[in-house]
Amino acid sequence: MEHIFYAVLWFLVLGGLFGSGLAFLAKKFAVKTDEREERVKALMPGANCGGCGFAGCSSFAEALLRGEATPDGCGSMDTEARDEICDLLGLPRMTVEKKVAHVMCSGGCRAKEKYLYEGIRDCRIAASLAGGNKLCHNGCTGLGNCERACEYHALHVIDGVAQVEKDKCHSCGACVKACPKGLIVMIPEKAVYAVQCSSHEKPKDVMRACEVGCIGCKKCEKVCPNGAVTVTDGVAEIDQTKCTSCGLCAEACPRGCIVKL
Amino acid sequence: MITKLLLILFTAIFIENYIFSKFYGVCPFLGVSKDPATAVGMGLAVTGVMTVSGAATWLLYRFVLVPFGLTYLDTLAFILVIAALVQALELFLKKMIPSLYRALGIYLPLITTNCAVLGAALTGISDFEGTLEHFASAVVYSFGSALGFLFAIVLFAGVRKRLESALPPKAFQGIPLALISAGLVAIAFSGFSGMRF
Repeated sequence: MEHIFYAVLWFLVLGGLFGSGLAFLAKKFAVKTDEREERVKALMPGANCGGCGFAGCSSFAEALLRGEATPDGCGSMDTEARDEICDLLGLPRMTVEKKVAHVMCSGGCRAKEKYLYEGIRDCRIAASLAGGNKLCHNGCTGLGNCERACEYHALHVIDGVAQVEKDKCHSCGACVKACPKGLIVMIPEKAVYAVQCSSHEKPKDVMRACEVGCIGCKKCEKVCPNGAVTVTDGVAEIDQTKCTSCGLCAEACPRGCIVKL
Repeated sequence: MITKLLLILFTAIFIENYIFSKFYGVCPFLGVSKDPATAVGMGLAVTGVMTVSGAATWLLYRFVLVPFGLTYLDTLAFILVIAALVQALELFLKKMIPSLYRALGIYLPLITTNCAVLGAALTGISDFEGTLEHFASAVVYSFGSALGFLFAIVLFAGVRKRLESALPPKAFQGIPLALISAGLVAIAFSGFSGMRF
C-alpha cells in the first residue's frame, strides 16, 4: 500500500513540477504568430503541387503574408478561397482565369514512327535519340513523362499521345516542365477550340510524317471572322482572347488538327 | 579520476557508438541525415537533451526512486523527464532558431522516443550506480554517447550528400542505399571494438 502511495505521490510531484516548468517556459518563449497565418493556411488547396514556385502550400501562405507572393500565384485555388485570402490580406479581389494543360500534338498512332523504340519508358531518353521516335520532330513520344508528373491523374497517354482531362487539371504546370518536347502549354479552361499540332516543318514533310499535322495552309486564318487564328512559322495559333468559339476554323481545317476540346 | 572520465568519454563516442555499434536512435539518424547543417542541429539538440536527462535521471533515481523503493518505475520516470526536456527544447528552438525548428520538423518532438536518450539514461544508472562520484561518470557517459550520436549523424550526412550525386539502380534509391551505407560505416566502426579499457 505504502509503495503505491509513494509512487502516486512522487509522480504527481514530478508531473506538477515539469508541467509548471513548461508552462513558465511557454510563456517566456512565446512566439508571436500572425493570427492570419493559420486562416490563410487553412484556405490553401493543400495539394502541395509546387505550381506556385514555393515548397508547398504552407510556404506559399507564409510568402503571401510576407508580401512576397500574390494570391493569383496559385492555380489550384478556387475563387471563393482566393477572395477570402485577398480580404484577409487587405488586397483588392482579383479574378484569375483558370488555365488547364493542353497537349500541342494529336499524332499518336496517326503519326509515323521514325524507328521502333524499345528502350526505357521515358520521353527524355526517347527524345534524345535522334529527336524522338516519331518522324515529326515535334511529335509526342507517348511514353508518359507528363502522365507520371501529374499528381492529379489528369493526363493519360491514349492511342499513343498524351491527352488532358480538363476537370482534373489543377494548373500546377508539372506536365509543362516534364515534357522534353515542350508540347504542353497552359490555355484558358473556357477555351473551346485549340490547335493540336506544333510542327514547324515544311508542309511536304508534315504530310509525310503525320495524318493530323498542321501544314500552315491558312484556311483557318482566312475563315475566322474575328482574326483570332494566325499562322506563324507554318503552324496555326488561336488567340483565345479573340476566339468566339464559332468553330469555323475547325470545319475549314483540311488536316483535322484544330479540335473541339 | 580525470583519466577514467576521459576513457568513459572515448569509449562512449567511438567504441560503443550508439548508432554504429549499439544501433540505438537509428530513426532520427536516417531521417535527418540528408543535409549536414540540419544533421548538426539534430545532433546538438540530442546532445543537449541526452546530457541534461542523463544528469537529471541519475539524480532522480538515486535520491527519489531508490529511497522510496520505486526503482521498478524507472522507465516511466525517465520518459517523463525526457519528454519535459524535449518540450522545453522545442519551445526554446521555436523562439530562438526558427529555421532549425522547421528543418527538424517532426524529428524534434520524436527525440522524446529516441531510444538512444532513454538508453543512455538507463545505462547511466545501471553502470554507474552509487555515490556522487559516479554521478560525474554517468554525466560524462551521457555526454559522450550524445557526442557519438552527433559524430555519427554528421559523418553520415556527409556520406549521403555524396550518395545524392550517385545514380544507383532504382530499387536501391533512397532509404535502401542509406541503410547499406550505414552498414558499411558501422563495419568501419567495428574496428574500434578491439580496444578495451
